[in-house]
Amino acid sequence: MSALLPQIRTVVSMNILSLPQRMWMALTTLLAVAIVVAVLLAFLAMANGFQTTVKNSGSDALGIGLRAGSQAELNSGLSNEQVKLIVEAPGIKRNADGPISSAELYVVVGGVRKSTGLEANLSLRGIELDGVALRPGVEIMEGRMFTPGKNEIVVGRAVWRDYENFEIGDEIRLGTANWRVVGIFSANGGVYESEIWTDVRTVQTQFNRGNTYQVVRFALETPGDVEKIQAYSDNNPQLNFDISTEKEYFSEQAEGIFNIIFYIGWPLAIIMALGALAGALNTMYTSVSQRTQEIATLRAIGFTGLSAFIGTMVESLLLAILGGVLGTGAAFLFFDGMQGSTLGSSFTQIVFDFQMSRESLVSGMQIAVLIGLVGGFFPALKAARIPVVKAFSMQH
Amino acid sequence: MTDFIYELKQVHKKFVKGQESVEIFDGLDLGIKRGDFVSIMGPSGSGKTTLLNMLGGVDRPSSGALLFDGNPINDLNEGQLAKWRADHIGFIFQFYNLMPMLTAEKNVELPLLLKKLSPKKRKENVATALELVGLGERAKHRPNELSGGQQQRVAIARAIVSDPDVLLCDEPTGDLDRSTATDILENLQLLNKEFNKTIIMVTHDPVAAAYANTSLHLDKGVFVEKDVAA
Repeated sequence: MSALLPQIRTVVSMNILSLPQRMWMALTTLLAVAIVVAVLLAFLAMANGFQTTVKNSGSDALGIGLRAGSQAELNSGLSNEQVKLIVEAPGIKRNADGPISSAELYVVVGGVRKSTGLEANLSLRGIELDGVALRPGVEIMEGRMFTPGKNEIVVGRAVWRDYENFEIGDEIRLGTANWRVVGIFSANGGVYESEIWTDVRTVQTQFNRGNTYQVVRFALETPGDVEKIQAYSDNNPQLNFDISTEKEYFSEQAEGIFNIIFYIGWPLAIIMALGALAGALNTMYTSVSQRTQEIATLRAIGFTGLSAFIGTMVESLLLAILGGVLGTGAAFLFFDGMQGSTLGSSFTQIVFDFQMSRESLVSGMQIAVLIGLVGGFFPALKAARIPVVKAFSMQH
Repeated sequence: MTDFIYELKQVHKKFVKGQESVEIFDGLDLGIKRGDFVSIMGPSGSGKTTLLNMLGGVDRPSSGALLFDGNPINDLNEGQLAKWRADHIGFIFQFYNLMPMLTAEKNVELPLLLKKLSPKKRKENVATALELVGLGERAKHRPNELSGGQQQRVAIARAIVSDPDVLLCDEPTGDLDRSTATDILENLQLLNKEFNKTIIMVTHDPVAAAYANTSLHLDKGVFVEKDVAA
């Protein structure tokens, strides 16, 4: 073993020093690995960012009631009477004015993206005044809250940042009416930052929704406990609600889209990794072929096949790891913190930031190392098995 | 200890390629004495290089016995053969077979990496070997910065640095001009006479062969002539 280490060190340094002889091939492999890692990390950062955004939006302390079977706010429909009845359910927190709740209406409106100039769907949410207090973390960053009964809107930070005509004081046409922007709010980076809020009754009027709502939110006496409220709805023939905590609701909404992003990212990365693997194999086979006489000469001198094997593996791993680092760097440079948006379950845009996580980085380097290991293994085996007689035969 | 460093007894060597088989040696017998300088000549395809490969433990007889210092080497496995080569054999190739990315001293150091020697001792031995071939000043040069003759002298230094019993030379002057070839052959003769190295040299060149004490002429796997210097 003591003699093996200097052998390995020598073979490795010879392999690395000879890399410039096959610079373009080595660079191609390195870039192929870098692209695989960058694409994978981009998808993982997208999935991670989306999940974080949606997770930050839900609260255990808040209940949400939708018409049974509707799954998403856009599909739900509630009458004024149903809303008045459900908020009287046991388990809903009350203050001096009665139950702490907000019946809400949710409509899709158009906005123009600053980045593309194209129109995209946005959520206009009509809320009651308790709707703001119900959502911890919501703060007016600039301007003021809308005045009930007036065509005034407050816009989430992501809408203000990414869409045209949402500066304070701007007047914008949404549906059939003009609305004045009076405030910008933040919501801990959650999905509400991709919404526009106004008074629910103004939305009912301007969008001809009569006295109906789509969702009711309420504060829970015991965070996470919605069973009593669901039982109250189930036992009352006038009510037909699905009750969940807001956290559960958002998790369900996010899961499908997260899965799509996540499960596109990995197969795509794997398919690309196969391409990079072919490149790595080609590079390493070329490397071994170019060094056949050197390897055979070392073997003739007395070097072991194992040193040739390890030397080739180290070269392959080095290229793959450098590719992985390059890909990670590129992903950080181009994707970390980049803003993306995707259609939420209600066909409106949810804006989120790409987020690199430690797990993603580990996954990226793992795939790079795997390419290096597999791409190096078979050429390394070939190197270890080069007949020593080649040291003589190739010169004739 | 036997007088013969190498003994070949009824050695057969057959190459099989597809349906065809070619018998290179059909019961070859040979003894090479310790400290001898042997040249092997013969036309292409006569089996010179095959014989050299077998003597160096890089190829095996199909049958028969190949003894080194009275011990059979054709039964050793690959790992044992590698160690045996490291302990006893120095190779000198026609095209030098130096590692192009390593300096002369690093090339010469290669066989010492297989020994349990301190870096300081390795460095000393490398310097001695390079001095012996007259290239002490060129230790830090890479092969592409050296002439053909200098490269072959580096190869000789590499072959002798671990003090092997035998130097196996495959056309060591085949790629050199006459004057440089003479230098190389004088180097080999010195190693044979002063350091008692057994040298076995395959060559096409009668002038080179004349430096040896014993000249063997091989044709179709059979020694047809043997000249021993007076």
